[in-house]
Amino acid sequence: MSNDVDLSLLDPILKKYQSQEGALITMLQEIQAVYGYLSEVVLTHLSREVKVPLSQIYGVVTFYAQFYLTPRGRNIIRVCRGTACHVRGGSRILEAVEREVGITEGETTPDLEYSLETVACIGACALAPTMVINEKTYGKLTPKKVMESLSRKDRKEREVE
Amino acid sequence: MSEEKAAVSTSGMRVVIVCQGTGCVSSESPEIREALEKGIEQQGIGDTVQVKLSGCHGYCEQGPIVIIEPEGVFYCRVTREDVPEIIECHLKNKKPVERLFYRDPGTGEAVACYNDIAFYAKQQRVILRNCGHINPEMIDDYLAVGGYEALRKALLGMTPEEVIEEVKRSGLRGRGGAGFSTGVKWEFCHNSPGPDKYMICNGDEGDPGAFMDRSILEADPHSVIEGMIIAAYAIGSGEGYIYVRAEYPLAVKRLRLALKQAEEHGCIGERILGTDFNFWVHIMEGAGAFVCGEETALLASIEGKRGMPRPRPPFPAQSGLWGKPTTINNVKSLATIPVIISRGADWYSSIGTEKSKGTAVFALTGTIANSGLIEVPMGATLHQIIYDIGGGILRGKAFKAVQIGGPSGGCLPESALDLPIDFDSLSGAGAMMGSGGMVVMDETTCMVDTARYFLSFTQNESCGKCTPCRLGTKRMLEILTRITEGKGVEGDIELLVELAEEVKDSSLCGLGQTAPNPVLTTIKYFRDEYEEHIRNHRCPAGVCKALIAYYIDPGECQACMICLRQCPVEAIEGGKNLIHVIDQDKCTKCGTCLSVCPPRFNAVRVISGEPVPSPPSATERKITRARGEGR
Repeated sequence: MSNDVDLSLLDPILKKYQSQEGALITMLQEIQAVYGYLSEVVLTHLSREVKVPLSQIYGVVTFYAQFYLTPRGRNIIRVCRGTACHVRGGSRILEAVEREVGITEGETTPDLEYSLETVACIGACALAPTMVINEKTYGKLTPKKVMESLSRKDRKEREVE
Repeated sequence: MSEEKAAVSTSGMRVVIVCQGTGCVSSESPEIREALEKGIEQQGIGDTVQVKLSGCHGYCEQGPIVIIEPEGVFYCRVTREDVPEIIECHLKNKKPVERLFYRDPGTGEAVACYNDIAFYAKQQRVILRNCGHINPEMIDDYLAVGGYEALRKALLGMTPEEVIEEVKRSGLRGRGGAGFSTGVKWEFCHNSPGPDKYMICNGDEGDPGAFMDRSILEADPHSVIEGMIIAAYAIGSGEGYIYVRAEYPLAVKRLRLALKQAEEHGCIGERILGTDFNFWVHIMEGAGAFVCGEETALLASIEGKRGMPRPRPPFPAQSGLWGKPTTINNVKSLATIPVIISRGADWYSSIGTEKSKGTAVFALTGTIANSGLIEVPMGATLHQIIYDIGGGILRGKAFKAVQIGGPSGGCLPESALDLPIDFDSLSGAGAMMGSGGMVVMDETTCMVDTARYFLSFTQNESCGKCTPCRLGTKRMLEILTRITEGKGVEGDIELLVELAEEVKDSSLCGLGQTAPNPVLTTIKYFRDEYEEHIRNHRCPAGVCKALIAYYIDPGECQACMICLRQCPVEAIEGGKNLIHVIDQDKCTKCGTCLSVCPPRFNAVRVISGEPVPSPPSATERKITRARGEGR
């Protein structure tokens, strides 16, 4: 697998932030945008190029919730765990999603179809409880609506294929 | 193209404002805007009507919102299907579409203009002054409402010391939560020696249930930038950062655009407005760590490190970013600065209470009729906010508590409703201004579960550097979890209080020092609920799953099949004319049956602290209806 990684995609990013103190997080964000996640090969290469120990990079990557060391699913489901959603039954929504896609929070399905995450608040509190699938926000959810939106999504995709 | 049209109505044009705040975008406002533009073009009235976007109006509950100026007509919950009627009746024939008006929930009366709607009429908008009224993607809109005039006044007519004095005199206290005097903060940094200083805007809004910083950045980015440039001038900084939470892509996009426009207008960069003052601004996107809202953690994050706080002193004003004197201000504080400079400290300090000047923005959410973003003068009471502006509790349920200040704040009971709110009164009651989240809870909210919810958030976000926070919150969470599971023991409440006090006193940063607040306030005001969980294994609100069961009252069930069809796990057995029964072994307690049972039957019960009654016999379950009978 490591052989397939095209490390030359890193070059423009390395060049852009050359000699910029403190650009590590921004670089990691851009690298993740290119590769989808941060693999060991890529991080090792980055470490050598920017002369920052791999241990230190690993420390940063694992500190922030938005960095991923493993590939993520094609569809990202984010269930809001904000206070407004919680008060209006958000935990039941998360359970319904978990039941529907068969994975728990923080996991990705083996076929890389779905990743399930929670977010602290998406700021659409008036629509609580909410979840976001890829870019689309689903509001005023019930466990039943969750089942419908997820199965509809599946159906649609199967038709496309 | 439409982005480039001026939003402020000039020359008698009609302007259709479509809200493009996050709430309205979630309910398809971009499609509505598109349909409006298309329809207006097709009807050939494009020369008298403009469509423009705005940021958040704050009244997200009513979204998507469309406003027509100059009349100020407010259309709510607009759908794409409504667009042709708006164009035909209102825009062409000047007859507003009454069915899309806001309806006062109390009187049922239709209200045409937003100024007459109670939600807006009872607010005083200083920080949110431009939100929803200008196009955030156009600097001309901002200039038309007096934008960058405060900057001109400060740079051309005031010394940095005078600016600091003005802000000190205004009484402005930091809107990030702690409420430290903004002017004093600037003065410390101004007086710190050294040529290089940094000015930072903290937009790492992480509290669940708070979205005002996001709305301001999305709806009025120039106000924040202008405040930041004035601050930089006051402290003597040539370089600044805006640290924005990564989950806010739209805010980042609008900020970048605004910075570019400000630079083109000579408000950022070298020799600003022709003076010797230079100031550059960078945007730094966070990477998802709540603790980075703490100022020293935020600095570490900008430096590319793990965002962990460090002990103070030294304060950032002495040794901040890269060891240089640094000022960090919240988005709301900075958005206030231009008004203070323009209208003067005396005007600003005339609003609010003796020790808390100005206004406060709250994100009003939870089980309340009017969710949204509101702004009131300091000193307004919770009652005014929740009932006059918020419209009271949803579905006529009873008020139980209001949680203020997010995970750092506390839950206040009904007896606190008449409390005038300011920084000090809230601290006195055990809550906190915090970021301004205000979540209203009704009788169906369990206070133990609420405390557990907030603590699980802070425990998860604890960076792990100091022991009291890392381990203390973990132990507290374990105790709370076992209470909600019915495994609590006598002495748990006392142990929680003891641990909470320790964590508060000995944690390194604000996260740990305030994390116990939700626990302490719920124990203080709702101790009986904790005791019910521990002693009687009963959750009075019917929330804690381990302690409840759902049961269909055979006397009320009309065998309508609704719950049976909706149950996600097929745990309800029954049929037409056959009273429904929940299989307790299959039931996952998701609560769907309770929420879908028609209110006129009201047959589903939540049972807690007592055994579930055994189901009726087969013969008892048969319903025989007389002809024509129905309920």
